[in-house]
Amino acid sequence: MTQRIKFYQTGTLTVGNRLLDAENRSVQSTIDRSNSLTSGHRACQGCGEALGARYVVDTAMREADKKLVAVNATGCLEVFSTPYPESSWQVAWMHSLFGNAPAVATGVAAALRAKGREDIKVLAQGGDGGTVDIGFGCLSGMFERNDDVLYVCYDNEAYMNTGVQRSGQTPPTARTATTPTSGGSKGNVFGQGKNAPQIAMAHDIPYVATATVADLHDLENKVTKAMGLSGARYIHVSVPCPLGWGSQPCDTVRLARLATETGLFPLFEAEHGAVTNATKIRRKVPIEEYLRPQRRFAHLFKPKPDVEALAAIQAIADRNILKYGLLG
Amino acid sequence: MLRQMEGSHAVAEAIALCRPEVICAYPITPQTHIVERLSELVQEGEIGNCQYINVESEFAALSVAIGASAAGARAYTATSSQGLLFMTEAVYNASGLGLPIVMTIGNRAIGAPINIWNDHSDSMALRDAGWIQLYAETNQDAVDLHIQAFRLAEQLSVPVMVCEDGFILTHAYERVDMPDLNQVQAYLPPFEPVQILDPADPVTIGAMVGPEAFAEVRYLAHHKHLQAVEVIPQLASEFAKIFGRDSGGLIQQYRSEDAETVIVALGSVVGTIRDVVDEMRDDGVSIGAVKVISFRPFPMLALRAALENAKRVIVVEKAFADGLGGIAVNSVRMALRGLTTPIYTIIAGLGGRAITKASLLRAFGEATRDELDDPHFLDLNWTVIDHELARAKEKRRSGPIAENVLRDLGLVGGKPV
Amino acid sequence: MQKPFAITLDIGTSLANRTGSWRIERPVYVDLLPPCNHTCPAGENIQAWLYRAEEGDYEAAWRTLTEDNPFPAVEGRVCYHPCESACNRGELDEAVNIHAVERFLGDLAIKKGWTIEAGKPTGKKVLVIGAGPSGLSAAYHLRRMGHEVTIHDAGPMAGGMMRFGIPKYRLPRDILDGEIARILDMGVTLELDSPVTDIPGMMKGGGFDAAFVAIGAHLAKRTDIPAREASKIFDAVALLRGMETDEEPPMLGRRVVIYGGGDTALDVARTAKRLGASEALVVYRRTREQMPAHDVELEEALDEGVILHWLRTIKQIDGTTFTVEKMALDENGWPRPTGEFETLEADSLVLALGQEVDTSFLKTIPGVTITDDGVIDVDATMMTGYEGLFAGGDMVPAERTVTVAVGHGKKAARHIDSWLRGERYEKRTRPTVAPQPDPAADDLRGNPRRARRDQRAVRGAALPVLRQLLRVRQLLRGVPRQRRDQAGPRQALRVQLRFLQGLRPVRHRMPVRRHRHGARDVLTGGRRRDLILRDGCCAASSA
Repeated sequence: MTQRIKFYQTGTLTVGNRLLDAENRSVQSTIDRSNSLTSGHRACQGCGEALGARYVVDTAMREADKKLVAVNATGCLEVFSTPYPESSWQVAWMHSLFGNAPAVATGVAAALRAKGREDIKVLAQGGDGGTVDIGFGCLSGMFERNDDVLYVCYDNEAYMNTGVQRSGQTPPTARTATTPTSGGSKGNVFGQGKNAPQIAMAHDIPYVATATVADLHDLENKVTKAMGLSGARYIHVSVPCPLGWGSQPCDTVRLARLATETGLFPLFEAEHGAVTNATKIRRKVPIEEYLRPQRRFAHLFKPKPDVEALAAIQAIADRNILKYGLLG
Repeated sequence: MLRQMEGSHAVAEAIALCRPEVICAYPITPQTHIVERLSELVQEGEIGNCQYINVESEFAALSVAIGASAAGARAYTATSSQGLLFMTEAVYNASGLGLPIVMTIGNRAIGAPINIWNDHSDSMALRDAGWIQLYAETNQDAVDLHIQAFRLAEQLSVPVMVCEDGFILTHAYERVDMPDLNQVQAYLPPFEPVQILDPADPVTIGAMVGPEAFAEVRYLAHHKHLQAVEVIPQLASEFAKIFGRDSGGLIQQYRSEDAETVIVALGSVVGTIRDVVDEMRDDGVSIGAVKVISFRPFPMLALRAALENAKRVIVVEKAFADGLGGIAVNSVRMALRGLTTPIYTIIAGLGGRAITKASLLRAFGEATRDELDDPHFLDLNWTVIDHELARAKEKRRSGPIAENVLRDLGLVGGKPV
Repeated sequence: MQKPFAITLDIGTSLANRTGSWRIERPVYVDLLPPCNHTCPAGENIQAWLYRAEEGDYEAAWRTLTEDNPFPAVEGRVCYHPCESACNRGELDEAVNIHAVERFLGDLAIKKGWTIEAGKPTGKKVLVIGAGPSGLSAAYHLRRMGHEVTIHDAGPMAGGMMRFGIPKYRLPRDILDGEIARILDMGVTLELDSPVTDIPGMMKGGGFDAAFVAIGAHLAKRTDIPAREASKIFDAVALLRGMETDEEPPMLGRRVVIYGGGDTALDVARTAKRLGASEALVVYRRTREQMPAHDVELEEALDEGVILHWLRTIKQIDGTTFTVEKMALDENGWPRPTGEFETLEADSLVLALGQEVDTSFLKTIPGVTITDDGVIDVDATMMTGYEGLFAGGDMVPAERTVTVAVGHGKKAARHIDSWLRGERYEKRTRPTVAPQPDPAADDLRGNPRRARRDQRAVRGAALPVLRQLLRVRQLLRGVPRQRRDQAGPRQALRVQLRFLQGLRPVRHRMPVRRHRHGARDVLTGGRRRDLILRDGCCAASSA
C-alpha cells in the first residue's frame, strides 16, 4: 500500500520520516550511520551544537565513505566530547588550539595530498568564537588558498564554553557575561555585525551555506552537497544554546526554527561568491516570538517593552528578508 | 660535496634532502631565504610530492605543520623573532602533542624597538616550551644539525628547533660540505609516527586532561628530554660514521680540558671565541671553550664534567633577563651546583652588535684577573646610558628612548644629524 | 599504535558512561525459567506450548504439553493454575490465560482423536497400584519410556479422586474418560476391582521389576459429635463417591450443614445445592482467611449461594437442631472456645474434615515407613524403603491436588526408569527463575498496555455480574460450540480467550515469540553493547 506523503511529513518538520523512500531518509535514521559523536559525552541537555555536530559528522562520514579526518577548535564541542579518559568521537579526530582549526585542517589536507591519499576528506569544525573571532585569520587563509577542507561553524552566538561571553556573533541587545544588563545597560551594542557567511563568500570559495538544527534534512543536504565539492567550503550552522540563551532545553529546535522564520538567520547557499538558493520563509514570524523565550533578551520586555530596540532588531530581520528574498 | 653557498640556501638544501612532505612558509627576516629556496626546490620537483603552503601568519604556519605531522607527514617550517612569539601557543601545542616537527629559528632580536638583527632573545624566550633546541656555530653545523634533528624528533616524537644566528649564519657565504641524498636516506629512515589521524584506525588526538593526569603527561615530556640527553650523542656518532665528520652531540670542547678559565657559549659566537682562546693561549693564558649545542635538553652531566676542573667559568650569551642577568648561565650554574667555581656572565651581541675579538680579549682578560663585573654587558656605551638616565630623571616625558640614543650617537634614521 | 598517554584516546570510550542512545546496543539472549513453568506442579513447559499455540500449530502445542502432562483437558478444568498467579505479565496488564488455552488444547485433542505412541519396548515390567491421577500419569510416562505397565485399582472405575472426589459439574466425565482411554490405548493393562494386599508377593509373582503405589487418601477423617437422635451424618468422601457409583443420589434434605474448610467441603456444598438443597451451610472453626480451600473455589461457592459460618464448632446435634459454639482466635491465631453458643436448623451434616491414607497393607512391607501424619515416607527419588517400590500422589507428603499428583506420576516414572537401568535420574539444571518486573519501573509505567489495565480496574466493577453469567455457561461446557466452529481453530482460541476474560478482545501476542524476535541480533552501527533480554518475562523485556 502506498501512502501519499503530505508536505508536512517530509523535509523540515520531520526527522525520522519512515514514510519517505529509503534514499530520501536522513542519515541519522539509517541503521548504518557512523555514530561519529556517540553517547556518553557531556553536553548540556538540549545542546544545539551536539545535535548539529552529530548530523554534520555522520553525513560527512557517509559522503566520504568513512574516510574522514576531523579537526576541532577548542570550545564546548571539544571539551564535552574529549575529557580524558573518554572520547565520544568515532572518527579520526584532532584538537589543537582555539584559533587554528582551519590551519590544522589545511595541514592535514596537505599531508594527505603529499601521501596521495586525497580519497580521505578533511572536516574542520569550531564554535563561533573559534571560527569568526580568534580563528578568523586562519579561516580566511584557508579560504583564500582554497584548501580542500569543509569548515563547519556551530554558531551559538557567544563564548559558551568559558561562561557566555560576547563574541563577534552575539546579536545586538543580547545579555552575556561581558555585556550585562545591569545599571540600565541594554546588553550587547548595535554594531555593524560580522556576517561570516558573506565574508566567506567574498573569498569566492566553491560553497558557502547556512543551516540550522531546526531543519536537519536541510543541514544534511548541505553537508552532502559540500562534501561533493572540493576546495574550501563553509557551512555556518545556527545552534541554540539553552545555557547561554536562557532558553528551555526543549526549545532548542523551536528557537532555531524561529531564528529562520523571523528572518534573523536566513538560510541560503552560495557558490563561488553568488547566492544560488535561499530558503523561503513559510510564515513570517515577528521577532518578539523568537526573543521572548530567551532570558538573554528578557530586558527588552521587562519592566516595559523596549520599543526602540525591538524595532531595530525587527529592521535587521526585515533587511535580511529583503536582501535574500525570503518571502513569496 | 664542498660548495660555497649562503647559509640559508645550505639549510634549505639540507632540508630538501630530508624529504619533508609539508613545508609551511611565512616570511620573516632573517629566515626568509630558507623558505624562498625551499619554494624553488619544491617547484623544481626536487622534493618529490612535497606540499609547500604559503600561510597567513606564523601561527598558521606551525598550525599547518601540526595538522600535517598529526596526519603522518614529515613537516617543516622556519621562523624568527616576532614570528616565533606569534606562534608561541602552537609551539607549546606541538610539543604537548608530541609531534616531531622540525623548525629552523633564524635567531633575531625581539622588539620593541624593532630590530631585525641577531641575538638569542627569540629562541631563549621559548627555551621551556618542550622543544629540543640545537644551536649551530657554523653553516656546516646548521646543515648537519637539521639532518640529525629530523632523526631525533621522529625517534622520540618530540619537536626540534635548530637555531642559527640570523645574518651571521643565514646570510653568510661559507664553504659547506653538502651531503648527498643517499647518505641522508641511509641516516634518516622514513617517518613512522607514533600516532596518526587515520580513518582506518581512528584515534582522538588532543584530549582535555585534568588534574588527575596532567602532571604525568608533563613528566613524560620531561622524560623524553632526559632520553634525548642519551640519544643525541648516539645520533652524532652514527652521523660521523655515515657522513665522515664530527657534528652534533651535546657539547663540544675546545682546548678546555686543562684550562683554568673556560668560556661557555652557544651559536656562531663560538667561532670568534675559538680565535680569542688561541690568541690568549699563545700569550700563555690557560683558557679554553665549551660550545653548548643542545641547550634543551641541557647537558647537565657532560657540561659538569667539562667544567668541574676549571678555576672560573665565563658564559657568553646573546640574551638576558631584565633585572637578573644571563639566561644560559642559570643552567650552567645548575650543572655546577655544589662547586664554588666563580661564574661570570658576558651579555654580548644584542640586536646584532658585533662581538669583536678585541672586546672579548679585554673582557676575558678582566675575568682571568677576577676583575670582571657580573653580569658584564659587552661594549655598552655608558655615556649614552648615563645621559639618557639623567634626561629621564630630569623630565618625565623625555621622549622615545631609541630615538634619544640615536640622537646621542649622532644618528637618526641611519643618517648623521 | 602506541598512543601517547592521556592526550590521545581510543575512540568511543565515552560509551562507558552508559548514557545516551540505546539504539546502539546489542541484545544478548539470556535463558531464564518463566515463572509459569517454575510454579507448575506438573512441570509443564508452558512457555513452549503457548508459543506453538500462538503460532496456530495446536497439535504441536498439545504434543509439547503432553510430554509432561497426559491430562490437559482435565487440568484445563480442575487445576488451580498457580502458573497464572505467578505470571509476570500480570504486572503489565493481566496474566496470560494459560488455564483456558490448556483446556482448549485438551478438548481439541479429544475431538480430533490425537493419540500418543508408546516407547520402544524395554522388556521391563512395572506394577502400578491405583488408577488415580498419579498412577495414570506414572503409567503414561512409563509407557512412553517403553516399559510394560499393569495398573491395579480397588475401585470399579479408573480416575481415582478425579472421578470420585471432583464433582461432575467441574469435570465432565466424557472428558475424563477420553483422556484415560488415550492412556489405556497406549497398551496399559488395567485391572479394576482388584485391590492389592501383598505388594512384594505380587511383584514377585507377576514378574514386575518395580512398583509404583499411588492409592490416594480415601479414608475420611472423623470427629466425635454427640448426637441425641439418629441424625443424618455423612462423610464427604463417601458422599462424593456415591454421586458416581450409586443409582440414586443421597437424600441430604433441604438444609445441609458441611463441617470443614477445604476444597472438598466446598465441593460438597455446591453439590448439595445442585441436588436441590435450598441452603448449604459451611461451618468452619477458624476464619475465612485461614480456610485451606483455594480462593477461586470459595468465590465460586459464595457466588452460588453457599453460606459460610466461620469461627464455629459443632458441639451437639439434636435431630435437626445443631448447637454450635462461637470461637475466637487467640494471640497465636488458634481458635479458642468462647462459651457462647447458638443453634442452627439443618436436615443433615456432611463431615469434610480431610482424608487419610489407608496404610494398612503397607505396614507389613519391610523397609516402608509411615510418618506421624499417616503418609508414606519416600526419598528424593520417590522410592520407599523397600527396594523397587515407589510411591506418590496423596499418600506422600505434598499438597493434595490433581496437578501435584500428575506431577508425582511423571517424577516417579523418571526415577523408576533410571532405577530400572541401574542409574539415578539427574534433574536437568534449570535456568534461574525470571524476576518479577518492578511495578514502579519506568518501562512498565510508561507502557500503554499498563495504562489500559488501570482503566479496566475502574471499569471492572461491572464485570463480576457478567462473569457470573458466563461462568454458568462455562461450567456447563466451556465455549459455545457454534462460535468456535464458525471461526476456525485459530480464531476459536481467541474467541475462547475473549470469552473467558469477559468479552474483552485478547491482544496478547504470545510473549515468547516476542523475546525470540528481540533476541535476534538486529542492531548494528557504532560500538555495540550488551542489552540483556531475558526470556521468561512476558511483561517487560528489560526487567
